[in-house]
Amino acid sequence: MRGSYERLTIAGKQAVWAWAFLAVPLVFYGVVRFYPTAQAFYLSFTSWNLLGEARFIGVDNYVRLTQDPVFWKVAVNSFEYVALGLPISLVLSFVIAYYLDRVRFGHALLRALYFLPHLTTAAAMAWVWRWLYQPVPVGVFNGVLADIGLPAQPFLRSTDQALPAVLAPAIWAMLGFQVVIFLAGLKAIPRSYYEAADIDGAGAWRVLREITLPLLRPTLVFLIVISSIAFLRIFDYVYNMTNGDGGPLDSTKPLVLSIYQTAFGRFDMGYASAQTVVLFFILLALTLLQMRLLRKPR
Amino acid sequence: MTISLAWADRVAPGRIVAWTVLFLGGVVMILPFVYMLATSFKDNSEVYDLSLLPRHPTLENYVELFEKTAFARWFLSSLLTSTVTTISVLFFDSLVGYTLAKFDFRGRGLVFVAILSTLMIPTEMLVIPWYVMAKTMGWLDTYWGIVFPGLMTGFGTFLMRQFFDSVPDDLIAAARLDGLNEFQIWWQVAMPLVTPALSALAIFVFLGNWTAFLWPLIATSSKSLYTIPVGLAAFSGEYQTQWEMVMTGASVATLPVLFVFILFQKYIVNGVMLAGLKG
Amino acid sequence: MIGRIMALIGAALLLAGAPARGQTVEIDYWQYFFKERVEAIDALIKQFEAANPGIKVKHTTFPYADYQTKVAAAIPAGEGPDVVQLYYGWLAQYMKAGLLQPLPTDRVDPAAIDRDFFPIVRNMKIDGKYYALPTAVRSLALFWNKKLFQEAGLDPNKPPQTLEELVEIARKTAKRDGGGNLLVGGMTVDLGMQDQHWVREVLFRQFGARPYSDDNKTVAYNTEAGAKAVAWYDSLVSKEKVSQFGFMTDQPTAFRSGKAALTIDGSFRLGAFDGQRGLEYGVTELPSYGGKRFNFASYWVNGVTSKAKDAKRDAAIKFLQFVTSADAMELWLQKVGELPARVAVASKDANQNHPKYGPFIRGLAYANATDFVDELGQRKIMIDLFDRINLKGVSPAESLRIAAEEEQKLLDGHYKK
Repeated sequence: MRGSYERLTIAGKQAVWAWAFLAVPLVFYGVVRFYPTAQAFYLSFTSWNLLGEARFIGVDNYVRLTQDPVFWKVAVNSFEYVALGLPISLVLSFVIAYYLDRVRFGHALLRALYFLPHLTTAAAMAWVWRWLYQPVPVGVFNGVLADIGLPAQPFLRSTDQALPAVLAPAIWAMLGFQVVIFLAGLKAIPRSYYEAADIDGAGAWRVLREITLPLLRPTLVFLIVISSIAFLRIFDYVYNMTNGDGGPLDSTKPLVLSIYQTAFGRFDMGYASAQTVVLFFILLALTLLQMRLLRKPR
Repeated sequence: MTISLAWADRVAPGRIVAWTVLFLGGVVMILPFVYMLATSFKDNSEVYDLSLLPRHPTLENYVELFEKTAFARWFLSSLLTSTVTTISVLFFDSLVGYTLAKFDFRGRGLVFVAILSTLMIPTEMLVIPWYVMAKTMGWLDTYWGIVFPGLMTGFGTFLMRQFFDSVPDDLIAAARLDGLNEFQIWWQVAMPLVTPALSALAIFVFLGNWTAFLWPLIATSSKSLYTIPVGLAAFSGEYQTQWEMVMTGASVATLPVLFVFILFQKYIVNGVMLAGLKG
Repeated sequence: MIGRIMALIGAALLLAGAPARGQTVEIDYWQYFFKERVEAIDALIKQFEAANPGIKVKHTTFPYADYQTKVAAAIPAGEGPDVVQLYYGWLAQYMKAGLLQPLPTDRVDPAAIDRDFFPIVRNMKIDGKYYALPTAVRSLALFWNKKLFQEAGLDPNKPPQTLEELVEIARKTAKRDGGGNLLVGGMTVDLGMQDQHWVREVLFRQFGARPYSDDNKTVAYNTEAGAKAVAWYDSLVSKEKVSQFGFMTDQPTAFRSGKAALTIDGSFRLGAFDGQRGLEYGVTELPSYGGKRFNFASYWVNGVTSKAKDAKRDAAIKFLQFVTSADAMELWLQKVGELPARVAVASKDANQNHPKYGPFIRGLAYANATDFVDELGQRKIMIDLFDRINLKGVSPAESLRIAAEEEQKLLDGHYKK
């Protein structure tokens, strides 16, 4: 045995070690993740209501999806959550982390302030946010608008504003996470680069564009991919701020809420699985695309 | 401290402005949190006032939480399950992340994408197969049953891979020449270099398990095994939700994770000086 | 085989009321967590086990949130309860999933149920067999805030009796600030809460429409009368401006916090309102219109799951009979405050004339229960009906037409199988 290992090339030895390291995790993922995923794929071609055998019905569930106007609405909503949530949260968290990185005085306190929202539970905080969105005299946001002379807004009671209004607390809770990752990334940029820039007399904007951002790429890749997945899988805040409906008129309903209602409100597991499969491929395609676009330049 | 400070010093007035804006922003950030805290000190006639300061502050919600519910017990369940999961995730996710970052072997890309793809199925669709598994293995209504699906995560693997990527290859090659085996290289050479990422991961994983609701609910039926979020859900009923109690429980539940954050956060920033994160 | 025979013998002995020595059958009972309900069932289990030494009942509760999810996860694994409590509106979904078994007619006589229980319970009868039975039922009533009546110069002991009076009083009690912002609602509107039932089962009928055809297979409310009912409800917001959708987040909260003079809610809300400090309220029957009164009743039922077999099935049926007996209902009323499902128990004078339960019990006499095929979906259709009017400016008649079309699709989908 030992002899045959010794005879391997370096690459061969590496492969042996790699698979040895991966063995236990792969078995784990296989049982706990891949198998249920495969099951969802199978169920998406069946009609199954929890009890008894799943009945194979071919692509009926998928045909039904394409003809379901609510599904299209829900898919568009999910994209809106990402299209709005991703840039807004990343720009905000980067700006915060960028300046936080430069602050010495009270650094730990400031960082804790921004991280605190991430520690809260959605069910409790959604309740608070619903009150913040109330009309005057109760609602704080409308109170502020009134104070600065702007007209009151319906927020959650509007098919146009409800989605951003539900997204806001989700971003709020996510910022702390993104800021911490950005901070770790910023701290990791070797100081020598800044020294060099300093000597060159480069302006802050140029340093940011030519040193900071390129060197942050691994951090950015991670955050973009993880945040996109999080926004596409948004559920907690929508569920808790709209009485579990995703209303008004489906204007805030995301894919995962639709899946949840189909599976546990109607026990229609086949149709719920079909929606899950669609979500899976959207996420997979988006992730692969992002990783390709953000690849190391050669 | 340094160059980045010296660089920032050049815009000293700007620094004061930046600090003030950051501070005010931070205060705005925690406002909803303060509302939650304030509500926990109100009795139910004041809950819907939405005032930041309770008119008649009371501790009775806290007394009720600790006397009439098994909160201390839920707390221990949460602490145990979150800690075990965090330790497991730190070990396995960094091992797999390291393997995917630093070993060259056929199938690496595929394994990475496969592990990443575990993030793409909502938990809601996994609980039924997990339940069947837990039943088959006899893990229903046990701590192990709560813990097992979360022992490794695609999230942590991805994070660690990104950070291990930046560990210089020369260091690893040198360690190999010193006669260390691959496991020793990972554990003794590479791991210390990614303390910041490990600390961040520890915080996020602990937090994620601390607030997890759906699976712990499904996996347990004995009240003694309830975690905090599952226990607190009992305050929301078909007819009414006792929001003052939900807020009280949520406030108390925040303390341990805040503690974990404070414990680990300095490593995130201080430990990094050794290794840079490279593309 | 021998085990099977033993089980049969055991079952026979149990049937005869004689405990089989050493043969204890354990059954699982599931309900959602609510302190009073848990205590009531615990008390009932104690009585039941004392009377049936061969049976043990394991009582498990879960938080109301995700109760359904828990049931759904347990069933495919062959886990879960032998007797389960479920909302009556979920029956169609549970039936479709094959989760329940019919109660054998020789043990639970359908004719006796028809005779002894309130007629609304007949929704649980499918093809001549009952699938589940309630311990308690709930109906709707009008709650009024006595303090707000006084502030508006109204007699705090004279609640509105007709829809016209309701609008009148709502106008007088509503308060707005200079900018037109609603400070106190005269009435509450919230289709996500009980108002969906009020519109569907009460207002439609009062205005001369019917919600559904007699066989429940056709939507019948899409008429001129139906549109009038919808327009009337919407006018509370659009014309009278005595209320606002989403005011104080939801309807019970608006009333609890003293920010609404009138609200329509169920008997189950009494506990929450009683526990609210500083709230003085009264309860009266739902207002009539054109001399007509209707009400909506709902209930949680106990069903025997398809998992229960042989001796367990036998014990499960026995337990179900016990918790739906007259004595259990008395206990339930005292401990939980929910109305007895048997007419004889409910119509006792003490119950009929009770200041708080009375109006609900009297309402049961003219109540209907919607035969839901998809409670979640049908609720949403009702919410959307008014959101289209309120947010999109669609006319009541047009919005009603769309709602009828959507709901007909749901009914068709359910009944074609």
